[in-house]
Amino acid sequence: MDAIQMTIDGKQVTGKKGQTILEVALDNNIDIPYLCYHPRISKTGACRICMVRVNEAALKTSCTEPASNGMIIDTDDDEIRELRRSILGMLLAEGDHNCLYCESNGECELQRLCNRYEVPMPAGDMPTRQRAVDTVSSKGLRRNENRCILCGRCVKACGEIQMNSVWNFTGRGSSTALTSDMFAQLGDSSCVMCGACVQCCPTGALSFQTVLGRGQAWELKKETSVCIYCGVGCQIDFYTNKEGKLVKALGNADGPNEGHLCVKGRFGFDFVQSGKRLTKPLIKKNGAFEEASWDEALDLVASRLSDIKSKSGPDSIMAFSSAKCTNEENYLMQKFMRAVIGTNNVDHCARL
Amino acid sequence: MTNSIREIPVSEAYLIIGSNTTENHPVIGSMIKREVIRNNKKLVVVDPRRIEMAKYADVYLQIKPGTNVAILNGLAHVALKENLYDREYVESRCEAFEEYRKVVEKYTPEHVASICGIDDPSLIVKAARILAGAKPMALYYCMGITQFKSGVNGVKSCANLQMLLGNIGVMGGGVNPLRGQNNVQGACDMGALNAVYPAYQPIGTEDNKNKFMNAWKVGFELSMKPGLTIVESLNAAIAGDLKALYVFGENPVMSDPNQHHVIEALEKLDFLVVQDIVLTETAQYADVVLPGFAFLEKEGTVSNTERRVQMMHRVVAPAGDSRDDWLILTQLANRMGASWDYTCPKDIFEEIRTVTPSYAGITYERLENNELLQWPCPNESHPGTQFLHREKFSRGLGLMTAIEYTPPAEDVDPEYPVILTTGRVLEHFHTGTMSRNSRILDETVPEGFVEMNPNDASNYNVCDGDLVAVSTRRGSIRVKARVTGRPKPNVVFVPFHFAEAAANKLTIDALDPTCKIPEFKVCACKIERVAM
Ligand code: SF4
Ligand code: SF4
Ligand code: SF4
Repeated sequence: MDAIQMTIDGKQVTGKKGQTILEVALDNNIDIPYLCYHPRISKTGACRICMVRVNEAALKTSCTEPASNGMIIDTDDDEIRELRRSILGMLLAEGDHNCLYCESNGECELQRLCNRYEVPMPAGDMPTRQRAVDTVSSKGLRRNENRCILCGRCVKACGEIQMNSVWNFTGRGSSTALTSDMFAQLGDSSCVMCGACVQCCPTGALSFQTVLGRGQAWELKKETSVCIYCGVGCQIDFYTNKEGKLVKALGNADGPNEGHLCVKGRFGFDFVQSGKRLTKPLIKKNGAFEEASWDEALDLVASRLSDIKSKSGPDSIMAFSSAKCTNEENYLMQKFMRAVIGTNNVDHCARL
Repeated sequence: MTNSIREIPVSEAYLIIGSNTTENHPVIGSMIKREVIRNNKKLVVVDPRRIEMAKYADVYLQIKPGTNVAILNGLAHVALKENLYDREYVESRCEAFEEYRKVVEKYTPEHVASICGIDDPSLIVKAARILAGAKPMALYYCMGITQFKSGVNGVKSCANLQMLLGNIGVMGGGVNPLRGQNNVQGACDMGALNAVYPAYQPIGTEDNKNKFMNAWKVGFELSMKPGLTIVESLNAAIAGDLKALYVFGENPVMSDPNQHHVIEALEKLDFLVVQDIVLTETAQYADVVLPGFAFLEKEGTVSNTERRVQMMHRVVAPAGDSRDDWLILTQLANRMGASWDYTCPKDIFEEIRTVTPSYAGITYERLENNELLQWPCPNESHPGTQFLHREKFSRGLGLMTAIEYTPPAEDVDPEYPVILTTGRVLEHFHTGTMSRNSRILDETVPEGFVEMNPNDASNYNVCDGDLVAVSTRRGSIRVKARVTGRPKPNVVFVPFHFAEAAANKLTIDALDPTCKIPEFKVCACKIERVAM
């Protein structure tokens, strides 16, 4: 009932009532370029990269134009290409883009589109404004506004996802710039380092401080897991570099978090690869720990527990299980206590 | 949670009580904030500290720590008196309403305001009208309800109010405890508790005993005697009845109340094994330390606060010669006569499914297919359960419980005149084993502090940043003062993440008589400025 039929680039596609042209296209794997649009924030319609031709006539921004039954859409023709190229050229010229030194190199949406539309290097006489660069005041975020294209995604990410409204625009026309909490340094602002703005930023204007390892975007490996901290259970995509070091964490949209994270999930994972990790079993001898083999350590635990069980009974042994461990591990711990030791003395920190 | 995170946009109003949501469950905090700020949903916040959420609240009730039962009864009182409650729901779906009504009758706004230390009783009336007037209304709570001697009563009072207002078994409503640890839900589901097998099957029935003896092929009678809880076991150690303790991924020296008492207990043991990822404060006392895997090194499932079961995957190679925790347990069990033949976490999960009815329909395949599965999920074609008690309560009728307010174990007196409450901060977690070993988090909040109201600060001649001693009958710590308008006058707050200034040197080990939860959230202390 709510389905709509339309034609995009000569292909018959189906969409849902209430969707924009861009959303229908994306759902049907048709690639319309965009910069200010992001699925997790409200629509802006500012960058105009997503212009398409509607019903063989006017050009419209597909991210804001509602899709309707029978529409005929062309996403690409000479005029559209030329328009996109000139917008991208202006964005490049306004900033200061040296990809070699940029955190986003290889995953930058601006870089990708400039490559796709063969945008030439900006001519040298275009004005290059020097804008805010602040890579130290915040423990978690880096900011280089010379790479900012004023798409507004960070403003909306902070204002609509984290609901903190740190970012805002100030000034007009060619002097428009971003501010955090009206001119405070990011590190002195009310930013809670959730990282939502960085995750939404299409360029290298906002990036994360290095947590542990570094690596180039195309070398990183991604694996999804679940946050270790609170019970929300955010799904996180963790990235590791060629040496296997952890590099960064991005919220996964399929989890209960819908792509969002807090500062703990975002930055609190390097303990896993910290030098403080225990790497060998330890046995205390004469008051001091000594490294031991697994066989030695497990034999000792087994024999001491067996001794105590036969001398003082199973109820003289207790286990604290762990709310940080998996279901499988907790299951085994209670089974171990009940079916091997023979006691119900098992509990965990649910109450703490 | 009876309901689901994705129902937050469905709710028309929220009651947040005893949960500092934006710091302790920040992602849920942001979702609720979004509804309140952008969509004008109603919000009532009840907390001794003026937490961030209080800023967005239609009514904020700053209560004295330990008076949750009184305020919840007070809200119910107004709903009843003004006939704003859901009569039809109460009549058709609940029982024991009369007894409840009689008790609640005494909790007039004036009476409650005096117990809770609220200046203006009309705020209670206003809050009750908002909560009763919006449907569905969702109640969220956390340790600010449970960590009291009267913790169980606090939980029951939350359920009472939601039954009275007809919000249980309703999409967008519910009684929603926010779980503080990533798998505390799962650890409970799996029976890591002293009196139940997996899926909360009591250990005390012949049927269950036989069922598990068969499932586990044990050659002896499984014990039907309830085991010890954590705090009880420490007492038993001091008394000499408990000889050995196996601590798996916990840090009781930091996380349990009354630290001196915990250390005394650990020292008294004949044998202490600690299985963990770093040498924790607790591991220092161990006879044997077994290095397990950290979360990014292991595979397996965890269950979040909304009963959703999710897969964890290995992201990095294990540290040194550390070992998978399930393998350590298996190898140990087999050395003690068992013959467990698990080869991977999936084998264990398959066994879990056979003895845990609520998990029976959940499989690794379904989870890897990205199915959103919340227990109960009794069979493989079941879609899981988004919210509980849909048509009727699990037990049939919803049982309303008449509950009187009882004061906390320790009251203030001239010697210890200030109320101490404890909790967490946004950047850190529990005992700090993980967050304090994560560089950015540690650098952002490197040390502990005591939050105190400007009034109290000037009374004790303390300025922001001064070093103060916080002392109770059990111990004393030195921390920097953070002078802020957040805590109620005469209430101070200390986070418990910091070993150098361990809040649990101070806390009291008074327990809830039913569930044995310690009263972390309130005890009496004194504040002294330390000359520098
Ligand atoms: S923001 Fe993108 S285009 Fe600009 S320097 Fe960085 S990678 Fe290059
Ligand atoms: S990190 Fe989060 S709080 Fe900070 S500016 Fe970005 S979105 Fe806002
Ligand atoms: S990222 Fe934050 S909100 Fe999400 S599970 Fe982790 S600690 Fe909780």
